[in-house]
Amino acid sequence: MHPPSLADNNTKTLINMKNTFRIGGVHPHDNKAYSAHKAIVEAPLPKQAVILLSQHIGAPAQPVVAVGDKVQVGTLLAKAGGFVSAPVHSSVSGTVVKIDNVLDGQGVPAPAIFIDVEGDEWLPSIDRSDTVIHECALEPKDIIQRIQDAGIVGLGGACFPTHVKLMPPPGKKAEVLIVNGVECEPYLTNDHQLMLEHGGEIIIGIKLVMKALGVNRAIIGIEENKPDAIEHMRSLAAKVLGIEVRALKVKYPQGGEKQLIDACIGRQVPSGALPIETGAVVDNVATLYAIYEAVQKNKPLISRVMTITGKNVQKPGNYLVRFGTPTSQLVEMVGGVPAGTGEVIAGGPMMGRSMSNIESMPANKRMSALLFMPENECYRPQPSPCIRCAKCIEACPMGLEPYLLSRLAKGEEWEEMEKQRVMDCIDCGSCVFTCPAHRPLLDGIRAGKAKVGALIRERQAAAKK
Amino acid sequence: MAQLFTSAAPHVHSGDTVQKNMLLVILALLPAFAVSIIAFGWSALITAAICIAACVLTEWCISKYMLGQQPSITDLSAVLTGLLLAMNLPSNLPWWMAVIGCIVAIGIGKMVFGGIGQNLFNPALVGRVFLLISFPAAMTTWPVAKGFATSYLDAETGATPLYYLKHITKTGDVSFVDQLPAIKDAFLGMMGGSLGEVCALALIIGGIFLICTRVISWHIPVSILATVALLSWIATPEGMGAHEFIAYQLCSGGLMLGAIFMATDYVTSPMTAWAKIIYGVAIGVIVMVIRLWGSYPEGMSFAILIMNAVVPLLDRIAPKRFGEVAKK
Repeated sequence: MHPPSLADNNTKTLINMKNTFRIGGVHPHDNKAYSAHKAIVEAPLPKQAVILLSQHIGAPAQPVVAVGDKVQVGTLLAKAGGFVSAPVHSSVSGTVVKIDNVLDGQGVPAPAIFIDVEGDEWLPSIDRSDTVIHECALEPKDIIQRIQDAGIVGLGGACFPTHVKLMPPPGKKAEVLIVNGVECEPYLTNDHQLMLEHGGEIIIGIKLVMKALGVNRAIIGIEENKPDAIEHMRSLAAKVLGIEVRALKVKYPQGGEKQLIDACIGRQVPSGALPIETGAVVDNVATLYAIYEAVQKNKPLISRVMTITGKNVQKPGNYLVRFGTPTSQLVEMVGGVPAGTGEVIAGGPMMGRSMSNIESMPANKRMSALLFMPENECYRPQPSPCIRCAKCIEACPMGLEPYLLSRLAKGEEWEEMEKQRVMDCIDCGSCVFTCPAHRPLLDGIRAGKAKVGALIRERQAAAKK
Repeated sequence: MAQLFTSAAPHVHSGDTVQKNMLLVILALLPAFAVSIIAFGWSALITAAICIAACVLTEWCISKYMLGQQPSITDLSAVLTGLLLAMNLPSNLPWWMAVIGCIVAIGIGKMVFGGIGQNLFNPALVGRVFLLISFPAAMTTWPVAKGFATSYLDAETGATPLYYLKHITKTGDVSFVDQLPAIKDAFLGMMGGSLGEVCALALIIGGIFLICTRVISWHIPVSILATVALLSWIATPEGMGAHEFIAYQLCSGGLMLGAIFMATDYVTSPMTAWAKIIYGVAIGVIVMVIRLWGSYPEGMSFAILIMNAVVPLLDRIAPKRFGEVAKK
């Protein structure tokens, strides 16, 4: 079934009047005050940068440099390992000293390129000036090519290669670009600050993507807890035809791609389908800023703004961090691990990953934040039996029954789990957040997703034969 | 540096607990309980104290000595069961009958299934119906509301509005209408009945509190009350005003208590919106069938217990999935 086209419809039907997604959702305390409105500060260069080869969803990148090679900032280190993959560039200048595994945040070895830093030499092709370049004469396909070559991936968290999204499969046509400035994860303020400081560049990025997609409409979704960003982006968008800012009611997980599409245009991605089915392409504001830099300034994706924060962190803030900077250096920069820290999280508290290694784990495209949680807030009470309160069902933004999926997983009833749409789960954690019995509902659901995913792939492989 | 915790996301929690939910329901019951103390005096307090103590003790003993589990009485669910059972009893019920009701409620209604979360039937109602069948006379002789003048051991008793309503609907003899308390009294309390049946207003206040604090959703109480109101309107006997008959049906007996506090019991009610509505409508229908044609004047307990049995089936009704929102 095809959604009605934007052109031949009253625009009113395309607006979700509720200004938020229509199923489920929770309201965690936002805790953004620690780092909100802190100007973006550039983090110092590391002595050695460790660039991960897999900083995206899809095939790992393949190294094109050898030990001993001299590199500059922006030099291609590894080329994309396929269509759904992204190249990796050097974030520093210096000498490649080894290509080896580094322990990631969970202590798992991950292939990386180690570069000893010497000075800060940039490729001459990169425009490092502060001049904002508005005009772009490139054809749509050339814009996409530049985005692909710059190694740009979704910086909202999923790290899906952006060029893939900009090339809808045959027969599908984008109608609207939805810009994700929601930042619904508690504690995180990096996107907020980026909008305040680089809103103009983000608008140019939006125009570039609109041109690349051939759409004449873009909606920037921002939650109401960032009124200054809403106002700022509105004043900038007012000068551009087709871009509007939508103030959205605060609700987690509004930054989820499917939830944001629903909140902005009132269409829901069908189960198992791609977002393009609704005519929408979603990009995060940080991604659009990176697109601006790649297309207009010729700068590949070598750094990102990270929120480093927590209740007891000495210098919480928003930092521009070069990829490859070890976590230990970031920790030192904000005044060390605060006393009484029980957990360090890469990302936000709802979907981020606990780190066991806060030494060598290098900053990368995926790492949006570093969050220090006090020990007394990490404590998880012992789970008690499910009392069937249905709060997990009310919280689930995908309309699933987490209690049921979790129970089915325990009984290894994978087929029934598939029927109950376990693959629709977006891993947002709303069910666990809300469960009064403190049940680890997602453990079973994640196991089910892995198992059902494998079963589906098996079935598809068998069907091909 | 100290060892870091690692755990799967999410790393924060709403702070909600089972205990908090039970406590909120207990709080929501307090206005109605307060009215029952005003109506029946010390006897209401004694009955409630006996029931709460007996339920907690039963649960503690069974988990400790029969199941070999750590007793989980701190979750307050046994306290709530005790209070709810007391709200369903006449205030002058002999103490040993109340204790038997509690042992049955917790023992057979809850612990035989494995404890909290596992039982199919509402434990307080299992206890109540057991008492109703075992001691029909004691369970259907309600003291007249006389405040602290109401004696626990030797109270003056009288018929309840439902008795008269039953008589009116069965015989068509509207002369009994005069015997009914004023609608105002039925709504505000001060009529005969079980502890929790005297004041519809206090129960409604509790219900609104529970909905506002998101402990329960509106679906079950509203669908039960709406169904009863609709069926009462259709079945209004000649000689009585429809709104009058509807008001009596809604405010008398265990309907309000059942709709707001018993049918919404988490463990024994369905979990998705449409299932809750079907469950509520069915309870409303069964109550009215019993009230109009059954031999008992009241049928709320039976209606809820019957629908408890259907809950596993109703649970197969899926919630509204993402991507299935009606096309505008």
